Amino acid sequence: MMAGTAQGQVSGYIGIEGRRARRNIVGRVFSVVLLMCTLFGLVMLAALLVDIAIEGAPWLSPSLWQNYPSRHAEKAGMRSGIVGSLIVIGITALASFPLGVGAAIYLEEYAPKNRFTNFILVNISNLAGVPSIVYGMLGLAVFGRLFGLLEPGSAFADFLTSIGFQFQSGGLNYYEAQLFNIPWLSIRLPFGRSILAGGLTMTLLILPVVIIAAQEAIRAVPASVRQAAYGLGATRWQVVSRTVIPIAMPGIMTGMILAISRAIGETAPLIIMGAFTFVAFLPESVWDRFTAMPIQIYNWITLPQDEFRVHLAAAGIIVLLAILLTLNGIAIFLRNRFQIDWQ
Amino acid sequence: MADITSSVDGAAVLNPPRTRRKQGYRQSRLVRNLRESIIHALLFFAGAFSILVTVGIILSLFVDAVGFFQRPEVTLWKFLTGTTWRPLGQPVVPDNFGVLPLVNGTIMIGALSGLIAIPLGVGAAIFLSEYAPIQVRNVLKPILEILAGVPTVIYGYFAITFITPQLRSFVEWLNTTVGTDIRVDFFNALSASVVVAVMIIPMVASISEDAMRAVPTSLRQAAYGLGATRFEVATRVVVPAALSGILASFILALSRAVGETMAVTIAAGATPKMTLNPLTSVQTMTAFIVQVSFGDAPSGSINGQSIFAVGALLFLMTLFMNIVSNIVVRRFREEYE
Repeated sequence: MMAGTAQGQVSGYIGIEGRRARRNIVGRVFSVVLLMCTLFGLVMLAALLVDIAIEGAPWLSPSLWQNYPSRHAEKAGMRSGIVGSLIVIGITALASFPLGVGAAIYLEEYAPKNRFTNFILVNISNLAGVPSIVYGMLGLAVFGRLFGLLEPGSAFADFLTSIGFQFQSGGLNYYEAQLFNIPWLSIRLPFGRSILAGGLTMTLLILPVVIIAAQEAIRAVPASVRQAAYGLGATRWQVVSRTVIPIAMPGIMTGMILAISRAIGETAPLIIMGAFTFVAFLPESVWDRFTAMPIQIYNWITLPQDEFRVHLAAAGIIVLLAILLTLNGIAIFLRNRFQIDWQ
Repeated sequence: MADITSSVDGAAVLNPPRTRRKQGYRQSRLVRNLRESIIHALLFFAGAFSILVTVGIILSLFVDAVGFFQRPEVTLWKFLTGTTWRPLGQPVVPDNFGVLPLVNGTIMIGALSGLIAIPLGVGAAIFLSEYAPIQVRNVLKPILEILAGVPTVIYGYFAITFITPQLRSFVEWLNTTVGTDIRVDFFNALSASVVVAVMIIPMVASISEDAMRAVPTSLRQAAYGLGATRFEVATRVVVPAALSGILASFILALSRAVGETMAVTIAAGATPKMTLNPLTSVQTMTAFIVQVSFGDAPSGSINGQSIFAVGALLFLMTLFMNIVSNIVVRRFREEYE
């Protein structure tokens, strides 16, 4: 501001009023620019939605969720993709809730303040920044192939056969064992390109997000609540399970559902770990092969014909967005339902 | 694990049934302590599980990457410095396995999208934090954040059905009116960069806005008291004070752009080449990994292993960026109070 005054005297005196007018004009212009920056994103969002609605709405028909993929655009549907996606996120939710919330409870309520805890925290924040495609490669190596430890004849394979696993060769080799002699309860190693492997891959992907959201929800619980419970002689787990968690639950649920919404739209990890694109049946067990909605959409986008590439893909996207919206609606409903009024 | 889920169940826990409470009184101290330690152990496992995930990532990427580099057809040096990426080319020689064209595509799209998203994101952050009334902000910010939640395959679709046609008709108009001779490939880096920018704007805007709102009001009031205009307060007080958070948001957004997969796979094409022209088709590291996986390469083959080498490089790049952003936040944070 000092420099401005000195300059003003050299290059022609415009006076306090003139300077103020100039500053106001700069401010006015700046605020318009800022508004445009903000609107850019909103305009893009609107353009995206309109584009999809125009291309896809005429192609919305029950065959989309009733039919399996087909070479004929009029008959093609994504039934296997919709069911596959729902099962994948079901497995993801079941696996990531206890692990994620457990980790958050440990970090917020149990962990001592030392280097190891700090290492876990830094590690989680770094995991949150790992690209999703890398999780796909993790899923492929760990669940899909078990690091190649199960090549027939390897020590680990021999160990599995000795405890009752049977070698099954087909398109993909795996070892299978019945549990407790129940016909439908069996375990396969490696998990291969199964829907279970897909769900667990997604679990690893969203785990950091779930942990961080749950940590924030737990941290927001007032200390006085804990102190009151401890004062009544509660043990640490009683304090956590009966006061902290119920209070933090709405926040945890919100974070959980946002993470699940992310999982349902993720395409790359499932492609990398080996989900299929053309699946004309519904999975009957967690060991079956599967496809997912975004993979089906991606597959349509890559086809040369306009009916698939432009129209069917857009119709599929509308279904995907509708399911995402429903999920988020459920999240908001649950959060309001469980909200505890502390006044 | 089952233990945690069942007791985590919301309202039922707040008012435990009477019978359960009576049992609680009768429990001996021993049983109670035992239960506490088992739960403690389970929770510790859940907390430490993330370390297992990291170890798993490192093992799964680097075991196969090492296997890749042990092949006679490739060398680490040629991989890191070679400018030709033709993994399917014949003969299979180290000269065909230079990763730089893929890195070039990745960095070009990352840089271009950053160039678009960073000014727009910071502008939106300043608007939301310093200009917009609180009600407007409470509406606009969640809408802006929707952009980050849209599945990336949808952005890919948007790029090839909307952005690319718009771009091409604009260039055509430019060619006829100005007389230039610009060619735009159907798959091009610029369209991909635009949609990647749209998806990372909320990240820049949201994190920067949080940083700006954390600046104490007293600083703003002091500046206003000295006669500063709103523009001067925003640009000379708030932004400098929030600089560490703003810079961190840039790095995190760029790291996300570098790791972005589906949109660039769909929109940027599959032509690995060394070019700085964003109007031509390129291939990013992520797009190559998808291309190979979609084509179902056998796990032991040179292509099946090459994706792990590329993936390991990608992982190291994003890890480096995340660590830098952590350091920026810690080093340059202005502490108030």
